[in-house]
Amino acid sequence: MSTTAAPAQDTGKKENKRNALWQELLIPILAVITGLIVGAIVIVASGENPFVAYGALFAGSFGTPADLIQGIQIYFATGDSKELLSAIYPFTESLVTATPYIFAGLSVALGFRCGLFNIGAEGQFFIGALCSAFVGYSLKGLPMIVHLPLAILGGALGGAIWGAIPGYLKARFGAHEVVNTIMMNWIAFKLSDWLLNGPMKASGFRPVTPNVELSAELPRFFPDPLRFNLGFFLALLAAYLLYWFLFKTTLGFEIRSVGANPDAAKYAGMNIVRNFVLVMFLAGGLAGLAGTAQVLGVDHWVGQGFSAGYGFDAIALALLGRSHPAGVVLSALLFGFLRSGATDMQSMARIPIDIISIIQGMVIVFIAAPDIIRWLYRIRAVKKEETVLTRGWGK
Amino acid sequence: MTNVLELRGITKRFPGVLANDKISITLRESKILALLGENGAGKSTLMNILYGLYKPDEGKIIVRGKEVDFHGPNDAIAQGIGMVHQHFMLVPVMTVTENVMLGIEPTKNGVFLDKEKVAQRIREISNEYGLEVDPNAYIKDLPVGIQQRVEIIKVLYRHADILILDEPTAVLTPQEVEGLFKIIDTLIKAGKSIIFITHKLKEVLAVADDITVLRLGTVVGSIDPKEATSEILATMMVGRDVNLVVQKLTAKPGEPVIVIENLFVRDERGHMTVQGVSFDVRKGEVLGVAGVQGNGQTELVYALTGLLPLDTGTIHLLGEPIHHTTPRNILERGVAHIPEDRQRHGLILSFPIHDNMMLCTYYKEPFAKGISLQPKLIFSNAEELVKQYDVRTPNIYVNAGTLSGGNQQKVIVAREFSRPIELLIASQPTRGLDVGSIEYIHSQIIKKRDEGTGVLLVSSELDEILALSDRIAVMYKGQIMAILDANTATKEQLGLLMAGVHPSDTPNKN
Repeated sequence: MSTTAAPAQDTGKKENKRNALWQELLIPILAVITGLIVGAIVIVASGENPFVAYGALFAGSFGTPADLIQGIQIYFATGDSKELLSAIYPFTESLVTATPYIFAGLSVALGFRCGLFNIGAEGQFFIGALCSAFVGYSLKGLPMIVHLPLAILGGALGGAIWGAIPGYLKARFGAHEVVNTIMMNWIAFKLSDWLLNGPMKASGFRPVTPNVELSAELPRFFPDPLRFNLGFFLALLAAYLLYWFLFKTTLGFEIRSVGANPDAAKYAGMNIVRNFVLVMFLAGGLAGLAGTAQVLGVDHWVGQGFSAGYGFDAIALALLGRSHPAGVVLSALLFGFLRSGATDMQSMARIPIDIISIIQGMVIVFIAAPDIIRWLYRIRAVKKEETVLTRGWGK
Repeated sequence: MTNVLELRGITKRFPGVLANDKISITLRESKILALLGENGAGKSTLMNILYGLYKPDEGKIIVRGKEVDFHGPNDAIAQGIGMVHQHFMLVPVMTVTENVMLGIEPTKNGVFLDKEKVAQRIREISNEYGLEVDPNAYIKDLPVGIQQRVEIIKVLYRHADILILDEPTAVLTPQEVEGLFKIIDTLIKAGKSIIFITHKLKEVLAVADDITVLRLGTVVGSIDPKEATSEILATMMVGRDVNLVVQKLTAKPGEPVIVIENLFVRDERGHMTVQGVSFDVRKGEVLGVAGVQGNGQTELVYALTGLLPLDTGTIHLLGEPIHHTTPRNILERGVAHIPEDRQRHGLILSFPIHDNMMLCTYYKEPFAKGISLQPKLIFSNAEELVKQYDVRTPNIYVNAGTLSGGNQQKVIVAREFSRPIELLIASQPTRGLDVGSIEYIHSQIIKKRDEGTGVLLVSSELDEILALSDRIAVMYKGQIMAILDANTATKEQLGLLMAGVHPSDTPNKN
């Protein structure tokens, strides 16, 4: 390679990357905008003012600049941080909501990268939550530096095993992971019902676990009621590690190869079934961490109906984020802000929270059928191989 | 003499590509127009426009003096235009009659299918054009040559008098090609006009009345077959002088590289498609495996490369058994494989070229240190190979799927040749490629042979087998009919063996 040619090739690479990035981002961004427009139309149709609604949504998810300025002024004038904390409360709460979304979205995205459809994130979430709660409340008297990592590890391992079972069944017997992860979900739901009413039940009437020990809680950065905790940064770290793993290591190269073209992967000497088990193990672990972060960072105990459907929303997140860790983080933040702001929108603008589900639903429809977006905005289709998300039966 | 069909100034653009640029062609009544061009020359686009599948951006289609405007294949069919696709559009589990009537089913009393009427019409067509076929036979039981007849009958049943034959000889044995040419002759005598699309020069010279050559979306020129030679046509197609004869010295075969004994292999559906095959390939020789597609060659190659398990038998590579090992182990012992389906096995189309260039060795130095990939070395490796093997691409960062077929194949060849190899298994290495790429890949295979590599060449193109091989094995129904010396083997001899006939069995047939 001559040295004079190098700059030209670098430009080629940069240009390619920029074009690719733009193509990747264009449809999701337009899908979100269109989803919001459709939501506005629904709000108008129900006789409300969409600007008021979205104003409340925005205030509920980010806070308002006025409150923030006032909070800062009071803090500097009197040293009282109460107003300032309540001004940043909406924003931190959005990040708190986004945390399990990030973990669970990464789980499904990792599966997609290997051509596997992990519908079982919800079950893995439950098992992860239960395992981390168990480690959290049953071990006593440990220092945090030991207890917290143990509880996190317990949650991750629980979810990972729950994910690896359908992975193994696919590798060994060819059983389709979609069917098996759904079955594993039901087993997880029923198992948790039994555990919460029996072996893991705290004293009292409600079917909930005891609170985890203080030494197993993810540290919070602000006083109550702000729940913003270390979990969010752990989620970002997980996203970065997954990016590194998928794109910078030989193992990730194998996983992506198996996902993109299993026949070529086999030709290249890769062990396809081993990758299935590995990916389902890691994906289960990530979903388990979603439950773990929720337990150790926010709730500190597990009760019935503990998940707000994180595992299922995760599928939408992975689709919206194009199965890329960075995309998943962005989508999870979007969902976090929408979900967190929706409560304020309901109380302040009397718009039912379900409108958020409609917006989320529309976004997913537009992502799944990008031709609608292309047609709406007159975007020319680029010739491009479809990303394989999962494969059909057999083979 | 009238023109039944004229295309005037047809232009078709796709985003970023000018597929057809002011193309004009003329088809005379009861004549054969051969449309010759490399892959990507714009033949398929032009024919899809003519068949109503695409709308041209500019230009006119004139059928029998009248300008027409097609909105779909039905409009084209109504104008008497019929298309015989390269890949047959037949339902294997249905009978000939059912396939012919698909889409225009006549009924009795408005409810019941009137198959007898269709079968009767098929018999009439068969008699009229010499297209013998049993209307009640199931497609899956028919040989490829007969299936093609059914496709032609389908078109004639729909009253076509302008027939487009898209690469009709690609899947036929030499004898079946003869049969097809006879049918074409009958059709012409009955007043039909034919557009014959191909990239095989000899066939064009054998049948065409007019020849039009396309290159890069434009008409390079038209030529009278009487004045044309293979060399002239090849030069027109490629745009430069092409060496049609593979230059090679006599082989100096050495020790056997691979020894295969009594091999039985089942295909993915469990059928025993390789039935007791034994042969060896020696260092420095090319063993060609000839045969019509689907006679077990695919499974033979899969078994040798570990992609399919074998049933019984043994395979020894340099004396070591490899019949119960993994694809990776076989790969690491120095077996290179140019797979027959380059898009299925050979490449990951959605990955950039640089990743495809290390697809089989990504886990080894220099591409990886531990589990960490080494992008700089991966890139420089790809840069070097792209240069060395003349892969035409804007850069190494574009996806393999954006390359033309010939350049995709060059990526595979570059990757497989760039590691130390003892045995090269090349399966249909030039299928669907243009003359220029074929020339290049052939020369590379011979170069490897001369370096002392054993080469197993599997091809259904007899010309390719004859051009490259030192010995030729003919496969038929999962068995090897004979292994011949390439210097003395003739096309006729091979053609008979490919059809399952031992030349010695039929002494009466010259």
